[in-house]
Amino acid sequence: MAANLPTQAQVQGGIGVTEPHTTHDEHALHDDHHHDQHWLFKYVFSTDHKVIAKQFLITGIFWAILGGTLSSLFRLQLGWPESTMEWLTPVLGKWVEAGKLNPEFYLALVTMHGTIMVFFVLTAGLSGTFSNFLIPLQIGARDMASGFMNMLSYWFFFVSGVIMFTSIFLETGPASAGWTIYPPLSALPQAIPGSGMGMTLWLVAMALFIVSQLLGGVNYITTVINLRTSGMSMSKLPLTIWAFFLTAVLGLLSFPVLFSAALLLIFDRSFGTSFFLSDIYIAGQALPNVGGSPILFQHLFWFLGHPEVYIVIMPAMGMVSEILATNARKPIFGYRAMIGSLLGISLLSFVVWAHHMFVTGMNPFLGSVFMFLTLIIAVPSAVKTFNWLATLWRGNIRFTSAMLFSIGFVSLFISGGLTGIILGNAALDIQMHNTYFVVAHFHLVMGSSAFFGLFAGVYHWFPKMFGRMMDEKLGYIHFWLTFLGVYLVFLPMHYVGIAGFPRRYYAWTGFDMFSQFADLNKFISIAAILAFFAQFVFVFNFFYSIFRGRRATENPWRSTTLEWTTPVLPGHGNWPGEIPAVYRWPYDYSKPGAEEDFIPQNVPYSKTQSSNLPYENENE
Amino acid sequence: MTALGILLVLALVLVVFGLLFRLQILTSIFSGSSAREFGTSNRVNAILMLVFLIVGGAAFAWSFGDNFNKMNPPIASVHGHATERMFWITMIVIGIVFVLTQVLLFVYSYKYQHKENQRAYFFPHNNKIEIIWTVIPAIVMAALVFAGWKEWSRITGPAPKDAVVLEVMGKQFNWLVRYPGRDMKLGVVNYRLIDATNEFGFDLTDKSGLDDFVPGEIHIPKGHPVLLKIRSRDVLHAVYMPHFRVQMYAVPGMPTKFWFTPTKTTDEMRAQLGNPQFNYELACNQICGRGHFAMKFTIVVDEPDDYVAWYSQQKSFSEQNPDVLASFKQKEEKLVVKKAAATVATPAVKASL
Repeated sequence: MAANLPTQAQVQGGIGVTEPHTTHDEHALHDDHHHDQHWLFKYVFSTDHKVIAKQFLITGIFWAILGGTLSSLFRLQLGWPESTMEWLTPVLGKWVEAGKLNPEFYLALVTMHGTIMVFFVLTAGLSGTFSNFLIPLQIGARDMASGFMNMLSYWFFFVSGVIMFTSIFLETGPASAGWTIYPPLSALPQAIPGSGMGMTLWLVAMALFIVSQLLGGVNYITTVINLRTSGMSMSKLPLTIWAFFLTAVLGLLSFPVLFSAALLLIFDRSFGTSFFLSDIYIAGQALPNVGGSPILFQHLFWFLGHPEVYIVIMPAMGMVSEILATNARKPIFGYRAMIGSLLGISLLSFVVWAHHMFVTGMNPFLGSVFMFLTLIIAVPSAVKTFNWLATLWRGNIRFTSAMLFSIGFVSLFISGGLTGIILGNAALDIQMHNTYFVVAHFHLVMGSSAFFGLFAGVYHWFPKMFGRMMDEKLGYIHFWLTFLGVYLVFLPMHYVGIAGFPRRYYAWTGFDMFSQFADLNKFISIAAILAFFAQFVFVFNFFYSIFRGRRATENPWRSTTLEWTTPVLPGHGNWPGEIPAVYRWPYDYSKPGAEEDFIPQNVPYSKTQSSNLPYENENE
Repeated sequence: MTALGILLVLALVLVVFGLLFRLQILTSIFSGSSAREFGTSNRVNAILMLVFLIVGGAAFAWSFGDNFNKMNPPIASVHGHATERMFWITMIVIGIVFVLTQVLLFVYSYKYQHKENQRAYFFPHNNKIEIIWTVIPAIVMAALVFAGWKEWSRITGPAPKDAVVLEVMGKQFNWLVRYPGRDMKLGVVNYRLIDATNEFGFDLTDKSGLDDFVPGEIHIPKGHPVLLKIRSRDVLHAVYMPHFRVQMYAVPGMPTKFWFTPTKTTDEMRAQLGNPQFNYELACNQICGRGHFAMKFTIVVDEPDDYVAWYSQQKSFSEQNPDVLASFKQKEEKLVVKKAAATVATPAVKASL
């Protein structure tokens, strides 16, 4: 193999004198001299974006295992509603009553599974890890705009997690009103015990979580806007950065609305206000609250809730675009259209929230408007899918673990996305709302897809994170088991949903119309639990490879972006010498006339005369 | 003790797997296969892509066909037939896109797997193709939206004037139903008046409530529009009647409604399904607490004549609960006395001002 271009460029760039053209650089270099940091500040209270990224990742893995365990527990109940759960008593204690799972605890399991997966894993774990890790490395910055705020972002998330985790062990149980915590159920401890202390801790944890998101988001946006290296115009940014940037914008604009909803709910719960409560008679008592609207809460919740699903999926889209191009050895097809569709999705994601509320009794005219806007958002999503397919066309594909998960992502995104066209249609949503059709839809399109994006990202950037490679064979096993498992779980779930099975049911045996499909539910449960166990292949591979994996080279995937021009294990400040300047877009793969099948972003056109396109020569 | 044994066995199995894994790595290093950039694994994964498409696609098609009859709840309302048709037309449209894109994805993955001496085709963009595949989905979406919007407007439009009216109220954890009685007017209710007997919170000082009746199951006439007025008295619930393709939240403090026209009597549906036990069911479809999964209520669709007969046989709530009625009478009398006192007192107050 010929010498790697980035190394050459680095050598030519020389190490030593650095122009202190920004104060930020100075600061980073200054830090560089203090390599004998106390371990507490190096690994725990670190302000280095790479360490913070790893903190987010490992915390995310912890939460994912917990969230998966909870889902296995309630799948046991759904698959075998009649059998005894006595054997779980050592773990669940009093939540197993006379051999049966307590129905309220079942709802707690569902609620915590959703909360953990959506917020703690797929928001913090995914975007927290990769926005932190990749933004400075790919735009050519020494670190985030504010390392300190970045550290705070993680520690707010950590404290939020501690509180949420504690709530699971409360005597009255954790929050149990569904992850959407619709009042009045979430406001009244008389309605369900989980709405007592459990809900209080949920709200406190989420408030801290939102603070963490905002601290992170401000940082990501500032960094992308201000700290790009010389030559890195917005039209030369890798799609990952575009995705992280727009994700941060969405979070910054929508999370405060959830904060306000949580605050008003806290007021209703603790200070006797009536924002969401009205005309309630419960537990033998008429409550004094009048004039509030539970539907108002839903508007506030989904104003975050809908952008939230794009906050979850857009980073995955960005990483998948990058990984597909790298491993197909082809430029991403329609780079500008990809940015355009990200922008379109971001904008539209703010005006579709009420499609979660077609049958809440909201004005049907409003339903019509939201149906129209919702189905428009399918167009940029379709464009992205076609562009990914076109990227594979006539490529030269290497099936790394990351590539497999990226292809899997596209497949799951198509499967889950298409059923959104049915749910976005208000007339069809009358029947499908809150059934397993919805559950199957969003688990494919945002749950599993985002997980696949996360896995793809970990396999792909692991060498830069830990200086070692993950085991590819285990990666293949992990991929095929997971891919198969996901489809075996969620495709049959559509059938159950079309038949009208409601979600969040402890058992369907009470209804004649829902009592068919007992076999199918058993099948789904078995597939889900097996797919969950397959994830331990990844967990083993991850932790084993940190310590014993094959040593990585600087640019193992022969990729074009800036992070691969850093040393194998980049230190504080990322580049030992000058930050490389950028001359070209990030997708010069297999360019005709070029020696190698990739040209890194930091190689000037003057060095690649043979492969330059006519207009690229004029640039020089 | 057995638990300890199981744990021990599990631990041993894990250790064995770990050792095997290590062994595999060492042999691959010795045989030199780990140094090769593209081993056989690239080819194996490419073939698996194709296998997944063919076997997975076939399994999906088979299981879909196998379960097709079970997943279609029989339809018993006028708008249900329309939405069902739209549902399956939309399913066919997205099914075509699904097959097309998935086939391309896996076939491309297989076909363009890495080969020595092959170079990927540098193809960064093509405006013509991009415009085509932006415009076509936009047109298809527009058609689907338009059809959906028309149907949605029809379903959610005002109910016909002659619709049968009944009220469904959700509570933890069952449904309560109320019919307006002979005067065709639902009486005034107030949530502060609710107690163990007066579960609706009837205010029986209102005369139109005196003939309201509260049956144990819903009866509705076939072929006649039915308007459901929906309320909740504690948390959110949702009225979900899959056979009629009806769903609407029950919201405390905000009455909602849904109207539909049933097309098949319970007896007709029993005959059609060959199941003499069949009943239309009403379920709750919004998480509401411990008993959420068991909020079942039976709906009976009658021939119009049978419906009228059933309706006229029902005893009103006030008739069945004379105590409640009496207590309201008492209150009313007290109120009259109070009012009289107040009217006497007011001039005096005014005078003092």
